[in-house]
Amino acid sequence: MMLENNEDIMINDATTIFKRPESLNETVTHYCPGCTHGIIHRMVAESLDELNLRERAVGVAPVGCSVFIYNYFNCDFMEAPHGRAPALATGFKRTRPDMICFTYQGDGDLASIGMGEIVHAANRGEKITVIFVNNAIYGMTGGQMAPTTMPGQKTTTSPAGRDTSLAGYPIRMAELLASLRTPSFIARCSTQTPMHIVAAKKIIKKAFRLQKEEKCFSLVEVLSTCPTNWGITPCDATNWVAENMEPYYKLGIYKDPEREEG
Amino acid sequence: MAKKLMKGNEAIGEAAICAGALNYFAYPITPQSEVAEYLCWRLPEVGGAFVQAESEVAVGNMLFGAACSGKRVFTTSSSPGISLMQEAISYMSGAHLPVVLINIMRGGPGLGGILPAQSDYFQATKGGGHGDYHVLVLAPASVQEAVDLTILAFDLADKYRTPVMLIGDAMIGQMMESVEFPEKHREQNDPNASDWALNGAKDRKSRIIKSLYLDPNQLDENSFKLADTYDVIGEKEIRYELYNISEKNRLLVTSYGTMSRIIQTAIDEIGEEEGISVGLLRPITLYPFPEQPIYDEAIKPNIEKVLSIEMSVGQMVEDVERCVRGKKPVEFSGRTGGIVPTPDDVKGYFRKALGIEK
Repeated sequence: MMLENNEDIMINDATTIFKRPESLNETVTHYCPGCTHGIIHRMVAESLDELNLRERAVGVAPVGCSVFIYNYFNCDFMEAPHGRAPALATGFKRTRPDMICFTYQGDGDLASIGMGEIVHAANRGEKITVIFVNNAIYGMTGGQMAPTTMPGQKTTTSPAGRDTSLAGYPIRMAELLASLRTPSFIARCSTQTPMHIVAAKKIIKKAFRLQKEEKCFSLVEVLSTCPTNWGITPCDATNWVAENMEPYYKLGIYKDPEREEG
Repeated sequence: MAKKLMKGNEAIGEAAICAGALNYFAYPITPQSEVAEYLCWRLPEVGGAFVQAESEVAVGNMLFGAACSGKRVFTTSSSPGISLMQEAISYMSGAHLPVVLINIMRGGPGLGGILPAQSDYFQATKGGGHGDYHVLVLAPASVQEAVDLTILAFDLADKYRTPVMLIGDAMIGQMMESVEFPEKHREQNDPNASDWALNGAKDRKSRIIKSLYLDPNQLDENSFKLADTYDVIGEKEIRYELYNISEKNRLLVTSYGTMSRIIQTAIDEIGEEEGISVGLLRPITLYPFPEQPIYDEAIKPNIEKVLSIEMSVGQMVEDVERCVRGKKPVEFSGRTGGIVPTPDDVKGYFRKALGIEK
C-alpha cells in the first residue's frame, strides 16, 4: 500500500514493483563499496524514465570518479575536459534546443577547475540540468584536498587537515549560484539515509521537469560519501556526512522559479 | 551575386552563413571582434544563434558540445584566444569532431601586439595542444580567398571529421576588398541524417563521443586512425599556387597569406627594373604542406636558393628545409611584431639571398 501511494515508483503490472530504469544499462560499475554515485545515477535515470526524456537526453560526463558514467547510462553521452561540462552542455543545447542536456560533475570538476564555466552557464540561464556530487574530496586521483574539503579534514594534500588560513573555507556552490539574479532552480540534498534519498529523488526529478518545460537552468547539489578516501567504513561515512557536512552544507531549495512566481 | 566591398572579418562571417554554419561561439579579441559584431545581428536574421562566451576556454568547449550535434559550428579568434582553445581542439581531434576555427593572427608571444603577424604557424600546423594530432590549416591571401576557404573549411571538416583552422593575419581581417559570395546558400546539416551525432537514443543504441581510452591498445588504435586520416588528407587536399615560375628563376620563394601578395609585387618590380627572375610557391594548405611541389621546384637546375619570407622570425622555413632535403640552400627573411615588409624590403631580401649588391 505504501508503494502505491508513492508517485515516484512506476507500477507497470501486477507483478513488477521494482526494476532497473530503462535509462540505466545492465552492467557492473567501477564504484567503490559505500560510494553513493550508484544511488545518484539511479535517481537521475528514474527521473529520465518517468519524464519520458531518455530518447532525447544527452549527458555530459565529467573528469573524476564518474567519468565512466557514459558506460552506465542508456542514453547518448559526450565526455568533457575537466570542469568544462557546462560549456559543452551550453554549446549542445543552443544548437539543439529541442533536446534535453544534463551534466554530472563532482566537486573538483565543478567547484575548482570548472568554476568559471558553471557560474556563467547559470548566469546565462542555460536550459540545462546539472547534477553536482559533493563528497568533499578528489576521489579518482586518490584523495586530495578539494575546494569543498571541510576545515581540518585530512587529505593526501592536507595531511594535517585543511588549514583555512592557507586554503580558505569550503565553497558552498548552491548558495553561491543562488546569489545570481538570473532565475534558476538551485537545491542541495543528501544521500545518507533512505529518507534523504526519497527527498533527493523528488528534487532531481523537478530539476529535469523544469528543463523539459523550458523554464530555467537547474542545479542539484548532492552530498555524497567517499569511504575509500575518507578512510572510514561506508556506515561511518554516512554518519560523517550528517555530523560534518550537513551543518555546513545546509539542505534545502535555495532558488525556485515556481516559488518566485508564487 | 553582385560583388560587394567588405571588410575581411565581416566577409568571413557571411561566408560561414553561406556554408550553412548557423551556430557561432566567440569571445571578443582584437583584431577580429568585427566577426562577432557582424554575426550577432546577422545570424538571428537567418535563424542562427550566437553565444558570447565568458572566455576562449569556454568557447572551445562550447564548440565541442555543439559539434556533437552534427551541425556546422565555428568560432573566430586571434592568437592569445586560440592558445586558450587548445585544450578543446585536442579533445575534439581525439573525438573526431568537425569544427571550423578561424585565427586572425596578431603578434606574439604573450599579449604581444594587435598588428598583423604570422607567428602562429607552429601552433596551427604542429598540433598546438597535447597528443598525437593535427588540424587542417588553410591560409588565405585575400578577402575573396578568405570567403572561399571558409566555405571549403566546413566541407573538409565534415568530410574528414576533424577540426579545420583557417589562419589569416590581421591584414586579411581588417582590409576591405570586393568579394563575391556563392549564389546558393547551403542548408544546415540535418543532424538526424548523421550516423555519429548525438541526437537521442531512439530506436538505436546509445552513442558516446569521447577521447578517453584507458586501454593503451585502444588509444594506440585511435591515434593511428587519426594518422591514417592525415595521410589521406595529405594525398588529396594539398593546395598551393605558383607565381612567375619559369626556367629563368634564380630564386624560389615560399610565402603565404598577406606576405605572399606583397612578394608578387616585388617579383614584378625586380623583374622589370633589374631583370632578376624570382618564382613564388604559395602554400594555401599549410597542413597538409605541399612537400613534393616545393621539392620539385627547388631542385630545378636554375634555382640557386630557396627563400622563405614570413611575418615571423622564421617558422614555415623549417618545413621548407625539410621538403628541400638539403638539395639547395634554404634561407629565411622577414619581420614580425606587426611589421609588414614593403615591396622594397622584399626586393632587398631577394638581392641579399642572391648576393647582389645595389
